[in-house]
Amino acid sequence: MSETPTLLSLSGIIKRYPGVVACDGVSLEVKAGEIHAVLGENGAGKSTLMKVIYGVTQPDAGTLTWKGEQLTIPNPKAARALGVGMVFQHFSLFDSITVVENVAVALPGRVDLKELSKRISEVSERYGLDVNPWRPVHDLSMGERQRVEITRCLLQSPKLLIMDEPTSVLTPQAVDQLFETLRQLRDEGTAILYISHKLDEILKLCDRATILRDGKVVTETLPREETEATLAQKMIGRKFPECRRRDDHTEGAIVFEVAGLSLEADTPFGTSLKNISMRVHAGEILGIAGISGNGQSELLDALAGERTINDKNAIQLNGIAVGQLNPLQRRVLGLTYVPEDRLGSGAVASMSLTHNALLTAHRRGMVRTGLVNFRAARDYAGRCIREFQVKAPGTEALARNLSGGNLQKFILGREIAQEPKVLILAQPTWGVDIAAAAAIRQAVIDLAARGVAVLVISEELSEIFEICDRIAVMAGGRLASPRPVSETNAAEIGLLMSGMFEGAAGQATPAAVSAVPA
Amino acid sequence: MIRAPWRLVPRTLPSPRMRVLAPMMAVALTVIFGCIVFASLGLSPLAAMKVFLIEPISTINGVSELLLKASPMCLIALGLAVGYRANVWNIGGEGQMYVGGIFASGLAIYFHERGGVWLLPAMVVAGAIGGALWASIPAVLKTRCHANEILVSLMLTYVADLLVKYLVYGPWQDPAANNFPLTVAFSDNAQFPMFAAFAGDWLEGTRVNVSLIITLVALPVAWLFMQRTFAGYQLTVAGLAPSAARYAGFSGPAAIWMALLIGGAAAGVAGVMEVAGPLGQLNDRWTPGYGFTAIIVATLGRLHPFGIALASLLMALVYLGGEAVQISLQLPKAISLVFQGLLLMLLLGCDVLVNYRLERRRPAATAAVEIK
Repeated sequence: MSETPTLLSLSGIIKRYPGVVACDGVSLEVKAGEIHAVLGENGAGKSTLMKVIYGVTQPDAGTLTWKGEQLTIPNPKAARALGVGMVFQHFSLFDSITVVENVAVALPGRVDLKELSKRISEVSERYGLDVNPWRPVHDLSMGERQRVEITRCLLQSPKLLIMDEPTSVLTPQAVDQLFETLRQLRDEGTAILYISHKLDEILKLCDRATILRDGKVVTETLPREETEATLAQKMIGRKFPECRRRDDHTEGAIVFEVAGLSLEADTPFGTSLKNISMRVHAGEILGIAGISGNGQSELLDALAGERTINDKNAIQLNGIAVGQLNPLQRRVLGLTYVPEDRLGSGAVASMSLTHNALLTAHRRGMVRTGLVNFRAARDYAGRCIREFQVKAPGTEALARNLSGGNLQKFILGREIAQEPKVLILAQPTWGVDIAAAAAIRQAVIDLAARGVAVLVISEELSEIFEICDRIAVMAGGRLASPRPVSETNAAEIGLLMSGMFEGAAGQATPAAVSAVPA
Repeated sequence: MIRAPWRLVPRTLPSPRMRVLAPMMAVALTVIFGCIVFASLGLSPLAAMKVFLIEPISTINGVSELLLKASPMCLIALGLAVGYRANVWNIGGEGQMYVGGIFASGLAIYFHERGGVWLLPAMVVAGAIGGALWASIPAVLKTRCHANEILVSLMLTYVADLLVKYLVYGPWQDPAANNFPLTVAFSDNAQFPMFAAFAGDWLEGTRVNVSLIITLVALPVAWLFMQRTFAGYQLTVAGLAPSAARYAGFSGPAAIWMALLIGGAAAGVAGVMEVAGPLGQLNDRWTPGYGFTAIIVATLGRLHPFGIALASLLMALVYLGGEAVQISLQLPKAISLVFQGLLLMLLLGCDVLVNYRLERRRPAATAAVEIK
């Protein structure tokens, strides 16, 4: 492979944003016909580098050489004209129109839809992508949407395809399918830049890897000569932190119970909840796996009380029906919640940590006769910072000035210090650096060991397997009955994630069945 | 497509210092633009500015007039600011002020010449209730039907205006007023006593009255409410991050109600200050638009009580200056509206530059694909 010519080479790329240097002299070489991994933690500069290549941003310094010629890529249109395609982590498809219309809107001039749909079918068939051009996008699963995005790129026969964290929305089976397609493309001579922080994927798929840390290239390496542990060490600069698992716990009393919960979606493209039941015992961590958009946000709204439900008995906390209580009332009864959107829901970005402590912990002596006792709030925030090793200049630091991991530790600390009976976590380590993620998982495990019932909703399957005692899977607004973590595996969970489980048809109401896409 | 050579790029972290400085820059720019306006009218800018900004407050009487005008504007702006902090945009302070004035006038007319010392406090309470009641209409419509409070509160201002007209042309018209649209002149215990009446000779002839004390008390109370109470905190969270308020379980409708009721009550009391103050009766054209100007006052004062106090003094000065140039320089009184408009637009302009910076478009971006 060493004799194949270099397709793209970056040298000394520097990109500064106010307060941070996202890329600090990054150099990178990509050859035709290789899958090249760009590996790094969140904030290491991966995305910025890709934006430079795709012409979304301009570097402050450094050169970009394409097929031996130095040039600038002023915008994505120019990048596409060169033969660079990119599939973003968050898809840019319009939900309400069909696949072929989505492809057409990105093309210049008038487009013959019939002609285009034929080409889409040809290309997708050739790479095993299985895309039906006439289906409306809102009907498609996340995996199918990604295939549409890839097909859209392939129509332009790119020389270089950039994939930004492509597997975060896929089931394990869909990941395997994606890898097949990527390998086929590589074998035909396409270069692929594969951005990820998932080590196993890089070991499985990639020919070479460039590892970034804090905006700098740490090393370039051949994944086939590495293990997960050695890669991780290079990525984070020290040993990979591991959680201390506890031994099998004895099953406690049922603390939190959901029975036959159904809820209409409140947005046109939301997912309605269909007959969801689960029980969380004291001292247990129940994980809900599944790809986002399968009803998780609706379920969280219902469980936390941001939406109340008609049948108040469908959600019970220590035997008390809470279905019609608001989040504050549920918190009084011992239910705390760490939301997915930490800077916006979990914390107010422009407020200090003291003020943010007040957001949910105000009942703990911080309000007297309507007046705020700021000293108590400051003490509480200080305690969260100390006990959860939050890296912050102090209690008066603004929430938005904390890194994702530190803010998440602060929010988790704030909720845990309220001594809940039930803790719900949504995507607890999403966008969080590895060290903080390990600390967060450890805190959750320790909390359960103290007898708290914990419910974790996460897309990261490895995380679910790492910390949970039982795993349930959410798909299409339904919940498969949980199974003990020791009695299942990723393949089974993956099948469930694609919606293949007994409850999907059998137990559902007739109305709900007709809503299931064939 | 026409593309400007410059574009606005959001700043990642707008400087807090510039947020405070922006109103002052806007005031300075308004003076500069004002000079240009005067010069284009063939007047000496400096002399005109002196008449406009300095002469009105060079006497005790002038200062008294300044406070008399600033006080109701400040009070309305304080109430509106509470709502604006919660992202509840009550634009109808003017109408709420009318209804406050109507409620107080009703009491004054009903108990004409027979009320006791209780009458004036009762009128203040009635005014607050009237204003709050008027503001509760947009609150109901927003919480029940998701109707936009900006439109509803604004349109209700014109309804309130017609209500005032109906009353002073109809049932409440003073029979002795020769068909002028006026009510009877309120009796003494339905009017705020002037400081001049008991403060000695040096205030001789000034009109500023004890209603000023209401505003002076409202300032620290508003500060306390915004900065130190849990209710104020909840409103601020609702304004800054609605989804955080929902997550915490703070009631959205409660925030809307509180914001509108406080704003309406404050405006209603301001209405009482006018009808039971310099007017001493209700007529059909009694306000120079304090309720609308208070929106500028609240914005200029950065929704902070201290800033609002300063801004209300400034806007009062613009009113007085408008009258002064009318008398001394024979310019139309509308010049004060020109200055109000200038000030607001320049402040908005300064705010844009606090939150965004100008960046020259790269020539490459305007060209088509550039490949060698």
